[in-house]
Amino acid sequence: MEQVLQYFFEYKEAIFIIALSIFLGIEVISKVPAVLHTPLMSGANAISGVIIVGGIILVGHADLSSFSLELVLGLLALIFGTLNVVGGFAVTDRMLEMFKKKKK
Amino acid sequence: MNKVLGIINGTEFTIGDTLLELSYLVAALLFVTGLKMLSHPETARKGNLWAFGGMALAMLTTLLLHKDGEGNQISLTNIWIILAAIGVGAAIGWIIARKVKMTAMPQLVSFYNATGGAASALVALLEYPNAVAGDVGSILVTVLGLIIGAVAFSGSMIAFGKLDGKVGDIMKPFMTYLNLFLMALTLGLGIYIIVSPNPPAEMIWAIYTLLALSIVYGVMFVMPIGGADMPVVISLLNSFTGIAAAMAGFIYNNQAMILGGILVGAAGMILTVLMCKAMNRSLINVIIGAFGGGASAASGEQGTIKEITLSDAAVLMSYSQRIVIIPGYGLAVAQAQHIAQELDELLEGKGVDVKYAIHPVAGRMPGHMNVLLAEADVPYEKLVEMDDINPDMPNVDVAIVIGANDVVNPAAYDDPGSPIYGMPIIDAHLAKNIIIMKRGMGKGYAGIENALFFNDKTRMLFGDAKGSIQKLVTEIKSI
Repeated sequence: MEQVLQYFFEYKEAIFIIALSIFLGIEVISKVPAVLHTPLMSGANAISGVIIVGGIILVGHADLSSFSLELVLGLLALIFGTLNVVGGFAVTDRMLEMFKKKKK
Repeated sequence: MNKVLGIINGTEFTIGDTLLELSYLVAALLFVTGLKMLSHPETARKGNLWAFGGMALAMLTTLLLHKDGEGNQISLTNIWIILAAIGVGAAIGWIIARKVKMTAMPQLVSFYNATGGAASALVALLEYPNAVAGDVGSILVTVLGLIIGAVAFSGSMIAFGKLDGKVGDIMKPFMTYLNLFLMALTLGLGIYIIVSPNPPAEMIWAIYTLLALSIVYGVMFVMPIGGADMPVVISLLNSFTGIAAAMAGFIYNNQAMILGGILVGAAGMILTVLMCKAMNRSLINVIIGAFGGGASAASGEQGTIKEITLSDAAVLMSYSQRIVIIPGYGLAVAQAQHIAQELDELLEGKGVDVKYAIHPVAGRMPGHMNVLLAEADVPYEKLVEMDDINPDMPNVDVAIVIGANDVVNPAAYDDPGSPIYGMPIIDAHLAKNIIIMKRGMGKGYAGIENALFFNDKTRMLFGDAKGSIQKLVTEIKSI
């Protein structure tokens, strides 16, 4: 129990962010018309590609002097992350473009 | 950039450090604003761009300003390597996004979701050796990020395969137990890694085993879930990827990652709940329960099927005042959305009021049908949501059901034995006439009988949706 409390204190800022982000997420999304469900999902999916920042940090400080499995996996993480980000935003834009076209 | 601004807890911080954190704050705000704008039709496209701007900003500043524990910046060689990897990913992602067909959107979103999950799992895997033995907090988030990311990866790949028709549903009664066992095993190993006092260097075998177990669990988790439940699964896996990214954000104590990830996690959860509601099922029921299969609703006496000829259908439609088209996945499969739009335009020209009734789970992912019809230039004012069209259905002259089945099955109202009992449906049976376009007398995705086909007001028009509508268009033109 004491340990749990200790962790809470240690990570209190992050835990606050999590708790508030959950409410924010619910609040922001809750009234989406069904017509936008698919673009919203693929747009949100692209945002989850924020993991790419982790990938950059990881490979950024990696030791390049020798070839290693870790480096390969790190590069793979970068490629996957970018696929998620760029592909996700691009396809969302393409969908929304179709919606816009017929507004006139 | 390297000018020291001050000292907090004995650590110096420079202008660069401050700018980096500031850029993360801006990125986080752009994510929130972008997501908010994405939920309104007028601002959606701009919102998507804003969110992308936030992402690009966070990537750029991390590349230029991030420092490791010893204060070293990312060296130029590393920057080039990173840019090369990003270039590869961006090129592939861009090309696929431009080329994909709108009917394949659910597969694509699943695929991108898989890549996001994989990236999270890999980052967690590679960061694990850097954790300090006994630091339960950071090992906990690493393990969670790895499990959730890996499950999202393999689960999404299976969902991708299923949606693409490459992977079939496999549901055996023992799989429920096997899955519970696998889940317990995965979580057990995860807890072992978290509480173990051994330094991570000695636990590398365990973390790789955990990765393998999580991947297998993801496969087994999605394998038994039927096609009709796909919208729920995609939403859920989408939520997982967000949570996994947030866990990685914990590892780096990076608030932009935490906020972005959790935001997506919450959004995915909401869509999951919405989809479950649209099918009147609980999440647990979707994950564990098999759907269809032992259809209990075999009420013997079904009545007779009445067909309609093309010319009769054409006349009926031309002289109606109000027509509602109810599209289902069959329309998407037949790529009939464009020709349906032509039919709609033709009828409008004859003074018929045509609307589309969209069930929340029509298609294979939330909102999929709207995207397909938008692609075919159907103005979105004509797309009416289920709850808005139902009170109007008795005034509709003809309800045209194209490739939909379960979402118009009245068993949802009156057959407590039916697996879809209680699911909200579009009240096609209340319309004055019903025309059902169907390939044959096969059952719907959920594998249950549909009393609507035997309704007195119903006429069937058998054949491929695209072909049938094409002939209808020609027929109506000749009237």
